[in-house]
Amino acid sequence: MIEAKIFITLKETVADPQGLTIKHALESLGFNELGDVRIGKLITLKLKTNNKNDSKKQIDDMCKKLLANPVIEDYSFQIIEA
Amino acid sequence: MKFGVVVFAGSNCQQDCFYVVKDVLKQPVKYIWHKNISLDGIDCAVLPGGFSYGDYLRTGAIARFSPIMDAIINFAKKGGLVIGICNGFQILLEAGLLPGAMLRNTNLHFICKYVYTKTENIKTPFTNLCKKDQVLKIPIAHNEGNYYIDRDGLNDLKKNNQIIFRYCDIDGKVDKDCNPNGALENIAGIVNKNGNVLGMMPHPERSSEVELGSKDGVLIFRSILKWLEAR
Repeated sequence: MIEAKIFITLKETVADPQGLTIKHALESLGFNELGDVRIGKLITLKLKTNNKNDSKKQIDDMCKKLLANPVIEDYSFQIIEA
Repeated sequence: MKFGVVVFAGSNCQQDCFYVVKDVLKQPVKYIWHKNISLDGIDCAVLPGGFSYGDYLRTGAIARFSPIMDAIINFAKKGGLVIGICNGFQILLEAGLLPGAMLRNTNLHFICKYVYTKTENIKTPFTNLCKKDQVLKIPIAHNEGNYYIDRDGLNDLKKNNQIIFRYCDIDGKVDKDCNPNGALENIAGIVNKNGNVLGMMPHPERSSEVELGSKDGVLIFRSILKWLEAR
């Protein structure tokens, strides 16, 4: 079994209204040394295989086809053998 | 002229679209379930608003892979008329039939209100009954209407006159103050390069009779009909 953590983030060039709002909230709590705050998604999934290379290919394909929208998002992932 | 209203799991504006075509335009119309694989000889496909698949992952991202979408894409590629309204627009973006993507509204609110939009291109199947720069009063109702496209994409849209509607004030002035959701350059609606696929965030089906506060939206449906009849 292989476990993967997939991180989807907005591209640097895309404004992130949620991140900005959270930044303002943190500042109002007294955290005054903040730079940018940005939000992304974490997707975890399990694959019924032990082939790491094949899993990488599959997950890359999943990200390209569905999990990330290349117009606005970047993705990266980690694979853990469970 | 035969219209088809595509129903996805979670669509909720299909009855309004159906009603406008049937009772206002007086044209034949049928629902097309998202699990169908054929459009059965319709002349115009309407992708209605709603929350297909609960807006999970991204708006329109799951609906885009519904069985019916292959037929919609083929229909569009052959020049068939497709109009996506609100969630329908989001689905067309995810399907790659229109360029760009939707982000959360900048104020993070679901916005439901009447807005004004300026009609920038009237040489389309969807706006041929509008006057140049005509201001239409049409409501919006969405959480993700903050249209985004990269600079090259925006230049392409402008070069090909693909920007059809922009948010404006009652006099047609387009500026930041009348941009409800942060959409790039106030973009409210665009067409594809060939001009046969329209996506728009405002809801023309909710503004097609005077009793609803505006009948400006019916101009879009009537334009489609006129274009189809003249074909």
